[in-house]
Amino acid sequence: MIWNQEFETLPREALEALQTKRLHALIERVYDAVPYYHKKMDDAGVKPYHIKTIGDLKKLPFTTKEDLRLNYPFGLFAVPFEQVVRIHASSGTTGKPTVVGYTKKDIDTWAELMARTLSAGGAHKGDVVHNAYGYGLFTGGLGAHYGAEKLGAAVIPISGGNTKRQIMIMQDFGSTVLMCTPSYALNIAEVMEEMNIEPSSLKLRVGLFGAEPWSETMRHEIEKKLKIKAIDIYGLSEVIGPGVASECLEKQHGLHVNEDHFIPEIINPETGEPLKPGETGELVFTTLTKEAFPVIRYRTKDISRLSPEQCTCGRTFYRMQRITGRTDDMLIIRGVNVFPSQIEHVLMSIEGVEPHYQIIVEREGSLDVMEVQVEVSEEIFSDEIKVLEKLTKRIEREIKDLLGVSCKVKLVEPKTIQRSEGKAKRVIDNRKL
Amino acid sequence: MKVEQISVFLENKSGRLADVAGILAKAGINIRALSLADTTDFGILRLIVNNTETAKKILKENGFTVGKTEVIAVEVSDKPGGLAQILDAIQKNKINVEYMYAFVQKNGGNAIIIFRFDELEKAIEILTKAGINILKGEEVYAL
Repeated sequence: MIWNQEFETLPREALEALQTKRLHALIERVYDAVPYYHKKMDDAGVKPYHIKTIGDLKKLPFTTKEDLRLNYPFGLFAVPFEQVVRIHASSGTTGKPTVVGYTKKDIDTWAELMARTLSAGGAHKGDVVHNAYGYGLFTGGLGAHYGAEKLGAAVIPISGGNTKRQIMIMQDFGSTVLMCTPSYALNIAEVMEEMNIEPSSLKLRVGLFGAEPWSETMRHEIEKKLKIKAIDIYGLSEVIGPGVASECLEKQHGLHVNEDHFIPEIINPETGEPLKPGETGELVFTTLTKEAFPVIRYRTKDISRLSPEQCTCGRTFYRMQRITGRTDDMLIIRGVNVFPSQIEHVLMSIEGVEPHYQIIVEREGSLDVMEVQVEVSEEIFSDEIKVLEKLTKRIEREIKDLLGVSCKVKLVEPKTIQRSEGKAKRVIDNRKL
Repeated sequence: MKVEQISVFLENKSGRLADVAGILAKAGINIRALSLADTTDFGILRLIVNNTETAKKILKENGFTVGKTEVIAVEVSDKPGGLAQILDAIQKNKINVEYMYAFVQKNGGNAIIIFRFDELEKAIEILTKAGINILKGEEVYAL
């Protein structure tokens, strides 16, 4: 179902006219209200009146996480502080957290976008939304929460953790829609199996998963194990949180970007040059309607591509392909770019191989050495060494074929790789670079 | 004629074998025969115990990957040529030994050899014809 028929199906021309109008107003406002943006634009020799059409967007300088840090905590807020009603922040694992703010209207916009997301995944009024995204400073939990309420669904604000209790609640409360990270969904499936609970005995129908890159094969795994439809959703706190883009039930075609609120661009991550539709590069977003914390050409570090072809669902928004990796998640192994999602793809295409894996990178002398640890399930286990050795050789060969980089595959005992209740940590890089 | 054997996946790190032994001990499981095959990274522990199902269940509950295989136990007299006689019959019929391990009975003086063949039924037929004594599962579990 389409939540907002009027905007989500706007003809391209009308949409671009709306974007242009909103972009122009945004640049005027930000130039006046945020000294940092004012100076950045002046330094780049751009004035608000230079930005007449969305094509002029490329004249504007990028905003990076570093810009956000330099203005920690509230330096990029574009409204008087009294109008801010909510503050979220990233975890700050790589330094100071990045802080974002919302006005009352921003919260409404966000709820609208998440209602669209849930609708696109087939959720509706009357559904019981089991929201296992983390509540707190992380935008996932509350973003999904407000959207589900706006939709008219009943929300269970369970947040992450205590998986057995989550499953009990799903059974007792009749949860129909699951929202969490894809790796946590697999964790739930696994615990259900241990508890001898048949997923089809639950009322779960669909899951909306995001907040970390995942693969098509992982989708099949989740769908098979939880007996639900798994939908990919996308967002990041710097732009608004979840709700930036989402798949519809025609899911093979990518995630619809809510273009009436955000302008997506794809750039070459090395040169910053804009790329054409269909080309793969770094996603960049400009927020059109955000009041408290607008961003101009924010570099997400996420790798994707945009497809302008219209979707059969009727939405006119461009679609972004599922995130295949992050520029900062990308490992460079002996000069070759490697994304954990590529390794995952190989592993999960092999029957019986568990989706639990970890990549460990070391430097021995001047050589990078990559080890992929894979948990041994009963399906692949054998009492004969040669069978297990054949399997590890096969995985090593397939990874080499796909990536052009050799690695060592090590079989490990089940449950030895740490389970995540949020974003999975797939890579341990022990190189001292 | 067949004997059930369980196999356990072990990472090569200290204490894992002791963990298995401890878990089985606590559950009152008696090990009748065992062998450990190892590589650089992992090992496969093969066990014949007095209660296969309980052992399998208890190890799984403790997070181990456990498999079950059928093997055969052959009794040979503990003197030169005992093993050669069996292998001779097997080789003539082009059956492969995947792995084997042996132990000598406390009393009676006979050796018992556990075999995993690529063609189990055929091996049983051949060994029976050659007059070699194949032990029943119950006999081995109760040794």
